Amino acid sequence: MTAQPSTVPEVPGPREEDRPSASFFRRFIEGDLGELRVIVVLAVIWAIFQSQEDRFLSATNLTNLMLQITAIGLVSVGVVLVLLLGEIDLSVGAVSGLCAAVMAVLSVRHGWSPYLAIAAAIAVGAAIGTFHGVIFTTFGIPSFVVTLAGLLAWQGAQLEVLGTTGTINLTDPVVTGLTSTFYEGATGWTIAIVGILVYAAVTLLDWRRKARAGLRVPSLGVVGLRLGLAAVAILIAVAVLNDDRGVPLAALIFVGFVVVFQFITTKTTFGRHIYAVGGNAEAARRAGIKVQRIRIVVFAIASSMAAIGGIMAASRLLAVNQSSGAGDFLLLAIAGPVIAGTSLFGGRGSVWTALLGALVIGSISNGMDLLAYESSVKFMVTGAVLLAAVIVDALARRRRQATGRV
Amino acid sequence: MSDGAPVLALEKVSKSFGPVQALQDVDFEVRPGEVVALVGDNGAGKSTLVKAIAGIHAIDSGRIVFEGQPARIATPTDAVHLGIATVYQDLALCDNLDVVENLFLGREERAGGIAAITRQLDETSMERQSHELLNTLAVTIVDVRSEVGTLSGGQRQQVAIARSLLGDPKVVLLDEPTAALGVRQTAQVLNLIRRLKEQGHGVVVISHNLADVFEVADRIFVLRLGRKSGVYDAKETTHEEIVGAITGASDPSTGDLGPPVGAESGEQSTEVRQTGDQR
Repeated sequence: MTAQPSTVPEVPGPREEDRPSASFFRRFIEGDLGELRVIVVLAVIWAIFQSQEDRFLSATNLTNLMLQITAIGLVSVGVVLVLLLGEIDLSVGAVSGLCAAVMAVLSVRHGWSPYLAIAAAIAVGAAIGTFHGVIFTTFGIPSFVVTLAGLLAWQGAQLEVLGTTGTINLTDPVVTGLTSTFYEGATGWTIAIVGILVYAAVTLLDWRRKARAGLRVPSLGVVGLRLGLAAVAILIAVAVLNDDRGVPLAALIFVGFVVVFQFITTKTTFGRHIYAVGGNAEAARRAGIKVQRIRIVVFAIASSMAAIGGIMAASRLLAVNQSSGAGDFLLLAIAGPVIAGTSLFGGRGSVWTALLGALVIGSISNGMDLLAYESSVKFMVTGAVLLAAVIVDALARRRRQATGRV
Repeated sequence: MSDGAPVLALEKVSKSFGPVQALQDVDFEVRPGEVVALVGDNGAGKSTLVKAIAGIHAIDSGRIVFEGQPARIATPTDAVHLGIATVYQDLALCDNLDVVENLFLGREERAGGIAAITRQLDETSMERQSHELLNTLAVTIVDVRSEVGTLSGGQRQQVAIARSLLGDPKVVLLDEPTAALGVRQTAQVLNLIRRLKEQGHGVVVISHNLADVFEVADRIFVLRLGRKSGVYDAKETTHEEIVGAITGASDPSTGDLGPPVGAESGEQSTEVRQTGDQR
């Protein structure tokens, strides 16, 4: 007989979060304090390199660092969105190379206007991403496999587009200017101050609205402290950059994309739905969310961002060749956000981690170059940092599963 | 309890999966402000019936009447548009989102004014409404901005039920709402079901737990082998009578199939094995 009362006795037990003894250190290690953790890790890395080589924190080197991380960081912005869905895109490196090649061929060989060539390259990226998304959603093949096939195929396409010479040098001032334009003096300060004021105004207006509606809000002191820290960080960054060549256009493009996508993912319906699909796709579907459409759009964005990253990489290299977008480019673009706390399991993380992760990886690489380490050591250290980061992610996930539901 | 016209009525509904007859000529109805418990053994057709109402399985034959009008329910969207909300056993919550985000999932509100240009969400309004909704249901959740994954099983169930009410449904279907809950949490969920009833919703509860059924239901609808085995007024029937109807010991219509109580394990191989929690 089945119709007997079958109540499972409730297991009483304090949840981890409720115990004050759940130490700050443990929460720190296990990833509750995600972004703060990355910032501390970054500070430690910087301190180590600075103690070994005092050129590391110089204005010139920090400016170089910003230029070095731009291309990979832009690709990472798209990768974050894919990771939030709980999917992966292994083709971003190949797509970045192919799209850079498309831009180079159109502008150099066919004499297209650089703006048109760049737009065409991004459109090719969007089309490729849409294709990945459609294949993935239509046939239910894991995104891992779809984009692995993409990696191979688009690499081949890149060789095809480049043709027999294999290398195309870029001389167009618009294209090369993307990574060699600097805004000196007042321009940088103006951008910084406008940015800070807009951010402060948005934050405070939002705070006032919530407070008036009688909702729980952090104290004004906490909000002020947060705003103050952000303002100081931005001003210091501009001061350092101005001390060298000025604020690089490349950095503005990168930070601009991070801000825009951070906004989209946290403040809009589309962004909310990305997190929902990554958290529980079936729940999202039942809530009436068009899961497949979200997936296709996100893959399209990822490939478009790969194209933009590829264009920036080409601009910095002043050329597109057969190895553009190959090698460790793809792996670092995925490793960055993961190191900075975006979960590989989907639904957790933020676009910020693209910037933070690129800074961590870029700092390791840049510092080791300054100290004249072999690239063998560089790869091993980056690998170790990535491994540590995914272990932290897995621990945080296991802990959530163990203590999340009573 | 209320009398009057049923908000939802099924007439001679049948559904088969290949050679297996999951539902056969089932009549079922629920009135506004009434809690109907749907009970039956594994494979009796409870889940099939609920899925037919929720639009997951289209019925093969029979009629569905909603608020007096013949209705066609072929997809989950059809059911939702009619005003039928379903809370499945797996709750379908996103653990990585907070309570407000889960409540408004799929029906997010956009902000007006300047924020409309950037198509921003209206978090303030959604959070305020979440507080109001949870208050009217007497659900106590300390922080509506805490991730649903950190809530207890009872709280998660309550969030799932509360979410189903946002579309202002006429009928709420609850699939095993108290399964795997502790005593105190079960009491919270049963209180919530009473509140749904007070608000005039028609409530259909699938449950295996007869103690819960007797505590909250007005009528008890027993399914057996895909057929209606009986409908009982919860105040006038007994535990034994319901168990008898579930097992077939007291049902004349299936008397030929009804071996003595407790000796039924052999016949289940011919039934649809309902897992019930897959959708």
